[in-house]
Amino acid sequence: MQNENILEIKDLHVYYGSIHAVKGINVIVPRGKIITLIGANGAGKTTTLSCIAGLVKSKRGEIIFNGNDITNKPSHIVNLAGIALVPEGRRIFPNLTVYENLMMGAYKRKDKEKIKQDLEWVFSLFPRLKERISQLGGTLSGGEQQMLAISRALMSKPQLIMMDEPSLGLAPVLVDEVFDVIKKINSEGTTVLLVEQNAVGALSISDFGYVLETGRIVLEGPGEELLKNEEVKKAYLGI
Amino acid sequence: MNLNSVLIIQNLFNGLMVGGLYALIAVGYTMVYGILRLINFAHGDIMTMGIYFAFYAVVLMKMPFFLGVIFSIFATAILGFLVDRIAYKPLRNAPRISALITAIGMSFFIESFAVVFFGSNYKSFLKTLGSNSSIIFKTYKIGKIIIPQITLYVILITFFTLLILFYIVYKTKIGMAMRAISADIPTTSLMGINVDLVIGFTFALGSALAAIAGVMWALRYPNFYPYTGFNPGLKAFIAAVFGGIGSLQGAVLGGFLLGLIEIMLITLFPSVMQYKDAFAFLILILILTIKPSGLLGKRSIVKV
Ligand SMILES: Nc1ncnc2c1ncn2[C@@H]1O[C@H](COP(=O)(O)OP(=O)(O)OP(=O)(O)O)[C@@H](O)[C@H]1O
Ligand SMILES: [Mg+2]
Repeated sequence: MQNENILEIKDLHVYYGSIHAVKGINVIVPRGKIITLIGANGAGKTTTLSCIAGLVKSKRGEIIFNGNDITNKPSHIVNLAGIALVPEGRRIFPNLTVYENLMMGAYKRKDKEKIKQDLEWVFSLFPRLKERISQLGGTLSGGEQQMLAISRALMSKPQLIMMDEPSLGLAPVLVDEVFDVIKKINSEGTTVLLVEQNAVGALSISDFGYVLETGRIVLEGPGEELLKNEEVKKAYLGI
Repeated sequence: MNLNSVLIIQNLFNGLMVGGLYALIAVGYTMVYGILRLINFAHGDIMTMGIYFAFYAVVLMKMPFFLGVIFSIFATAILGFLVDRIAYKPLRNAPRISALITAIGMSFFIESFAVVFFGSNYKSFLKTLGSNSSIIFKTYKIGKIIIPQITLYVILITFFTLLILFYIVYKTKIGMAMRAISADIPTTSLMGINVDLVIGFTFALGSALAAIAGVMWALRYPNFYPYTGFNPGLKAFIAAVFGGIGSLQGAVLGGFLLGLIEIMLITLFPSVMQYKDAFAFLILILILTIKPSGLLGKRSIVKV
């Protein structure tokens, strides 16, 4: 039987030396949904995603993926389990071509035919990437790099894709495009855990959201409910 | 043709040969540096071990020479992998100076190991080659130009080996992972790749090339002992810095240039022969002063 929740985070604590960056958060990601974490700079959003991905270790708490404990597993094991991360700052391989960057995402897959299909699929999401297929990653514009980072993550055929501020630094048209693509990816079956500072954009496509403040969850609720919430409006929507 | 131009042409081949050997060793330094920002000071000693592996495969295990070299390539690759596993991997997150000191320690360790187990006396492949040993002394003659066959073979094998290396790095999946790791280790691990295996492979690949270079070195300068790798190892390191450490093309260019410059200098000014080794350091100092990143190196390598 499949778990209803693809990911469960229980009482997670993460420290950088003496800095207590994540202070016992609980997050539930139901299968097939879009879940968003919003919060100000330094709230601990990236730390949370990094910890799930295995890039930083937790001191306490549990991360359960598909019913299996993946807490503090090495990052390549987490990816093989079915979680992909679009990291903060995109982290494109600048010395690899667009095509190679995408193949890095599919590195561990053996289904050659399916990889080709998925390549066409990401090109249909971001036609611009196809035109730049043999260009070095480092020569892409910021927006193109973001598209490549998302596509690279998709190429591993994840069950859960985590994105750390995918709209950061993009022109408004591109921001809309990225949120559209996230909806599309989700509607085709991939669960999404999103981290955003663009609270309006993120919450309006999300099924559920969490508000993080200095390492703690201070508010949670369905996306549209949080959008209407007075505190959220004041703090994150600038209204 | 006058005597001078004959000499120059002959030594051009010598320079290509020595330079090629430097290049084969230098790529090992540069690949490890590109990935870990670590100077693997044990690399020259790994080359020495490559010579001994081939030697004992032929002498003790009675393998034909060619098979002995193949055996050595694999054994040396495994040695390189193990050196990383045992000495460097535990220090991945330690300050870089710790890894550097460990590398120097590893170098001493391998040298001492060779002294204890293989003896400090000189050995040679000449006897083991038996009737084939004439290969070392045969020459080709074109007009007045005389070139030892072994020199040509070494140059050809070097080119062929470097071609394979570039194919692996630029055309294969594992090569793609190596290049990705040299840019960004954590992000590579996010792709489901066990980066420690790829780093281990890089050590193995560099060590395999060092074994090939070592055996050819030992054939050309037919004696070897536990410190044989020291001098070519140091020169190859200088070549790697000269070309731009971290850059594969740079290591190859640096190796060939250093070899050619060294040999040509001696050819044109025989009286400086005794300063040959000092000259490599002069190049090192010059390049570090004028263009610290080396001929083909990036201006500054920022690790995020
Ligand atoms: N590598 C690190 N070493 C030490 N402290 C860190 C490190 N990374 C993050 N921190 C600290 O942990 C806290 C949470 O940082 P984190 O990057 O998770 O925040 P964030 O919510 O992603 O912020 P932003 O919106 O600016 O990306 C911050 O106080 C930050 O200074
Ligand atoms: Mg962040």
